[in-house]
Amino acid sequence: MCSLEKRGNLFILILTGQNGEHRLNPNLFSSIISALLRTKAESTSGSALVTVSHSKFFCNGFDLDWVKAAGSDEETQQCFNLLLDYLKQLVLAFISLPMPTIAAVNGHAAAGGVVLALCHDYVLMRRYRSVLYMIDFDLGIKIPEPFMALFRAKISGSARRDLLLSGLKIKGEEALKMGIVEAVYDGEEEVTNAVIKIADDLAKRNWHGEVYAEIRKGLYSELCDILGIASIPIATPKL
Amino acid sequence: MCSLEKRGNLFILTLTGKNVEHRLNPEVLSSIISALSRAKAESTRGSALVTVSHGKFFCNGFDLDWVNATGSKQEAQQRFDYSLDCLTQLVQAFISLPMPTVAAINGHAAAAGVVIPLCHDYVVMRRDRGVLYVNDLEMGLKIPELYMAFFRAKTSGWALRDLVLRGLKIKGEELLKMGIVDAVYDGEEGVINAGMKMADDLARRKWDGVVYAEIRKGLYSEFCGMLGIASKAIGTPKL
Repeated sequence: MCSLEKRGNLFILILTGQNGEHRLNPNLFSSIISALLRTKAESTSGSALVTVSHSKFFCNGFDLDWVKAAGSDEETQQCFNLLLDYLKQLVLAFISLPMPTIAAVNGHAAAGGVVLALCHDYVLMRRYRSVLYMIDFDLGIKIPEPFMALFRAKISGSARRDLLLSGLKIKGEEALKMGIVEAVYDGEEEVTNAVIKIADDLAKRNWHGEVYAEIRKGLYSELCDILGIASIPIATPKL
Repeated sequence: MCSLEKRGNLFILTLTGKNVEHRLNPEVLSSIISALSRAKAESTRGSALVTVSHGKFFCNGFDLDWVNATGSKQEAQQRFDYSLDCLTQLVQAFISLPMPTVAAINGHAAAAGVVIPLCHDYVVMRRDRGVLYVNDLEMGLKIPELYMAFFRAKTSGWALRDLVLRGLKIKGEELLKMGIVDAVYDGEEGVINAGMKMADDLARRKWDGVVYAEIRKGLYSEFCGMLGIASKAIGTPKL
């Protein structure tokens, strides 16, 4: 599932789980969302969160085995829709988190896994051994609006088209050029150390978490509208 | 305050504001709005406006001395809100100006001072001096919804994040990479001359100012929508 560690001011969310693909099913979703709630409850000014995983995969998307095990077409569709709802909740939880967030994409990320990576403020990736793959198109699945809004907010024009509409498996260097990730590193240790360093540097700025979250929501205005997250006015001016 | 000069087809708006930091208070903002009204009244096809300032600062934000020179925190908040309203009127005036606009950033611009150059159609900046600094996060202030919409009109993705969610003092070269400024030049004279030349080249196109302003408003549709500035139907087709 996942585990949450605290190291000084840093919250470290580690995707775990037997098969290493970290496929998203209700258990993993609940576990991540709980971890985020705990993080929020324990947050202070100067907190930051990093999300890492230690395997060949960062997150390989929805647990389609779980979905198909439902049996009938109708039940399968219901299960799939349930996972979509969970993914929306997950995105909401990340976007409202009152601290900077950094993802270390050390392995492959597909579909929902790409969404998971992209709901972080900063995404770092491995140069090799790691691809971003919006497999939805190849599977004949339309990407639902809320997630399209996420992509529209984070990625510009031609890069967005290439990510969503080309069926490409995008490697680190390409993702960097496309402006999807911040930086690429060679080894798992390197990318993990890099996210910790960035998180540390951001945490040291000691920003007010609630203000940070509210400004961040402004980067995702369309998505917030779709998810129904109103912005709250902040009144802690230091004039 | 400010001064408005006419040189051929060019209107040259020089920001002086309050003190060397060219700070903004309602009086300064009114005077700039008046200058823009004059430019609008005297505009013809082939007009253009360039905004410049001299010295270490382009505009360092609101006049917080004035804001805080009251008895209570409540009154200070009122003065701040009033300054913000005046700024919003100024942005509207820039966005409705029936001619191309160029800002030449000679020095530092912070907080509300960042909004001013960004409401121009083109921005040139010094390479060797001057930063843009959106410092709301650092001050523990949420950026008002209207201004998030303004920033979203100018930039997106990681560049938007770096502009508003990172407390960065961003230099010319970086802003060029982010697509926030159009070009960088060395020296105050260098950037001002470049700004004037750009304005000249645009003026030479002899565009219909009213049409220009209406199309420009479409670049700020979300912002204009929030302010209720409707687009008008134009009847000067050259079919």
